[in-house]
Amino acid sequence: MIKVGLMLVFFICCSTGGEIAMTHGMKQVGEPASFRPMALIRFIGKAVRNGWVWSAIPLLAASFYSLLILLSWAPLSVVIPASAFNYVVGTFGAKYLLKEQVSVKRWMGVVMVCIGVTLVLLTGQN
Amino acid sequence: MDREHRLRIKTLFMVLLMVVCANLGDLMLKRGMLQIGAVQISLPGVWHALLSTIHNGTIWLGILFLIGFTLCYMTAVSWADYSYVMPAGAFGYAVQTALAVVILHEAVNAQRWVGVVLIVAGVLLVGQTHPSTTETKAVTP
Repeated sequence: MIKVGLMLVFFICCSTGGEIAMTHGMKQVGEPASFRPMALIRFIGKAVRNGWVWSAIPLLAASFYSLLILLSWAPLSVVIPASAFNYVVGTFGAKYLLKEQVSVKRWMGVVMVCIGVTLVLLTGQN
Repeated sequence: MDREHRLRIKTLFMVLLMVVCANLGDLMLKRGMLQIGAVQISLPGVWHALLSTIHNGTIWLGILFLIGFTLCYMTAVSWADYSYVMPAGAFGYAVQTALAVVILHEAVNAQRWVGVVLIVAGVLLVGQTHPSTTETKAVTP
C-alpha cells in the first residue's frame, strides 16, 4: 500500500511538474506571430531551444511510465480518481508556481471536471 | 471584437483541435496495434513488435496526430493560462462519449452521462473566466 501511495505521489508530481514546466517554457517562447508556415517554423525552432520545454519531456515520460506501473499494481478504481486529481493539483501549481489568478468560478469548473472525468473513466471498467 | 474575446475564441478553437488530434491519434494507434497483433513479452516478441510498428503506416499516422496534439497544446499554453487549457482539454471525454453513442451505437449508462454533464458544465464554467491572467505577452516574430 505504501509503495502504491509513493508511486501515486511520484506520478502526480511528474505529470503536474512536466505540464507546468512546459507552460512556463512556452510563456517564455511567446505565441506565434501568425499561422503562416515560416512563423510556425520559427515558433517551433524557438520552443526546441528552450530549456524548460526540454525539462518537461523527461517529467512527462516519467509520469507516463509511472501510470503504467500504477495500473499494474493497483485497481483502476484507485488509479483513475488519482489521475483525475491531477486537475486539482495542476490548478494549485498554476496558482502558486505560474502565478495565475484562479477565480472561484475556475476552481468550481476544475472540481466539476475532476469529478466528471472520474465518473466517465470508472464507467469504462464496468 | 475586443482582445479578450479574440483570445477566448482562438484558445477554444485550439483546444478543440487538441481534442480532435488526441482522439484521432489514439484511434490510429489502436487500429495499428490491432493490425500488428498482441505483443509477445519476450525479447524476440518485443523486437518483432518494434519492427512491425516502424513499418506500419497507421501507427505513423497516429504519431503524426499526437505530434499535432503536442503542437496545439504548446501553442495554446503560449497565450492562455495552464489552468484554463488543462480542464478545457477534458472536453475530449464528452466528445468520445457522444461519438460512441452516435457512431458506434453503444449504450451509455447513467453514471457516464452524469460524468459528461459535469465535464461540460465544468468546461463551460472555466471557459467563462479570463483566458490569460499572467503578464507574459511575448510574441515569436
